[in-house]
Amino acid sequence: NRQFCSYKITTKTQNFCRNEYNLTGLCNRSSCPLANSQYATIREEKGRCYLYMKTIERAAFPRRLWERVLLNKNYEKALEEIDENLIYWPRFVRHKCKQRFTKITQYLIRIRKLTLKRQRKLVPLRRKIERREKRREEKALVAAQLDNAIEKELLERLKQDTYGDIYNFPIHAFDKALQQQDAESESESDAEKEEEDEEDMDKRDFVEADDSDLSDFEDMDKLETSSEEEQEVEEEVQKKASRSKSKGKTPLKGPARRKRPYIEIEYEKETETATKTKAA
Amino acid sequence: EKLAAKKKRRKEREALGDKAPPKAIPKTIENQRVYDETTVDPNDEEVAFDEATDEFAPYFNRQTVPKILITTSDRPRGRTVRFCEQLSSVIPNSHVYYRRGLALKRIIPQCIARDFTDLIVINEDRKIPNGLVLSHLPDGPTAHFRMSSVRLRKEIKVRLQQNSERKEHVPEVILNNFTTRLGHSIGRMFASLFPHDPQFIGRQVATFHNQRDYIFFRFHRYIFKSEKKVGIQELGPRFTLKLRSLQKGTFDSKFGEYEWIHKRREMDTSRRKFHL
Repeated sequence: NRQFCSYKITTKTQNFCRNEYNLTGLCNRSSCPLANSQYATIREEKGRCYLYMKTIERAAFPRRLWERVLLNKNYEKALEEIDENLIYWPRFVRHKCKQRFTKITQYLIRIRKLTLKRQRKLVPLRRKIERREKRREEKALVAAQLDNAIEKELLERLKQDTYGDIYNFPIHAFDKALQQQDAESESESDAEKEEEDEEDMDKRDFVEADDSDLSDFEDMDKLETSSEEEQEVEEEVQKKASRSKSKGKTPLKGPARRKRPYIEIEYEKETETATKTKAA
Repeated sequence: EKLAAKKKRRKEREALGDKAPPKAIPKTIENQRVYDETTVDPNDEEVAFDEATDEFAPYFNRQTVPKILITTSDRPRGRTVRFCEQLSSVIPNSHVYYRRGLALKRIIPQCIARDFTDLIVINEDRKIPNGLVLSHLPDGPTAHFRMSSVRLRKEIKVRLQQNSERKEHVPEVILNNFTTRLGHSIGRMFASLFPHDPQFIGRQVATFHNQRDYIFFRFHRYIFKSEKKVGIQELGPRFTLKLRSLQKGTFDSKFGEYEWIHKRREMDTSRRKFHL
């Protein structure tokens, strides 16, 4: 044991034997196939178990050294076969053979069960490709300029009126009204509108709501039919407008955000919830 | 040497003044992109006809309401679980179910029976999500993506929002840059995840932006500060996808008919050729 054996593997607590014919896998005097001239093992090949035996008589013929016996598929019958083959052999070898056989059959059963279930296929990653993809992704991200693209798209949609009347940016509404009015050629109303255009946004909101008769806007079906809507949406929009005016990119903080960013946080919360309930 | 050339050019331009030739457009990969013959022309009749008769037609005709099932591979780790929850909050009418070892082939008929329209499977590896299988259920196409750079909500937002009640609005959808036929069908797949009528009151928008075959997903809240300026604030998870394969039927790795697979040898040769 203390000497060199090419099959020996030493670890901190134990020595292992790498020999394929070893019965237990440990490097002991009793379980070394090289040290014992009478030895037996169980090995399995392609799902079938064989009993391998080595006797002294054949020690001179290395090619015929190991004798092989196919064991029965039935567990108990195979155990009996082991018994009758190793009939006068030492207890240790017989016992260990049966133990090994048991373990082998158990893992064969498990293999068969697992192959029926879904199996995880491991696909190896290629490092070069991974790196390449990662780099390309970063470059694509930079090239994409997502924020700009999204903003542009949103503005496009606003222009094309997909949002309908929610956002009352009157310049657009008035532009459209202008275009439609041109067809009717009411130049006076145009002049009026232009004047109104130049006023403040907030004031304009008021003006629109007050003009409930909307006599000038007869062709503007939108504004007419949704004038009531407008009044309801009016409040929300007003608040939105006031909110939007005083906000930076933080749509959820309250109106006094710019001046006192951190002091009056609770204040902002309250007002915010108040406005939300009103809008809803 | 380049600097010297640049300086010289600039001097020439200043010297010429008004008669200077216009500035040269820098070459970008998007400019130099190899022309793909399957690029969709917006007025193409064939494409329009195809789209009227493909598997997404019922969705686009508003006959079906999308109902999504989100699940993961076996034994999801915490990150994946949280990502699934956030994803389900982004997509309205979606449910997350855990998968304790159930085979996909068996849950697909069950899903169809329970009226789900789409199935999303997030594959996980080493505790992070890295793959996404999106399949349209009543016998629809299945797309398999590789997912990378996943950021959860906590990692995006620096300033915590005061209202933590995140209502599930129906967001708007933006699909950018899906030019080829393949890209078009993938774009429709994404669009079919969301219900048709976005709630503009919610002011939320989900963006799928395709750039050089990488699809970036972002989820924002926007506000119009004036009619020429809009502010967006990112909320919601973000991730990037890269298409690996598109199958005609539902998920079937062995017998499925692949419409498109990414073949590394052939498709990765040119830097300026993209497929989506």
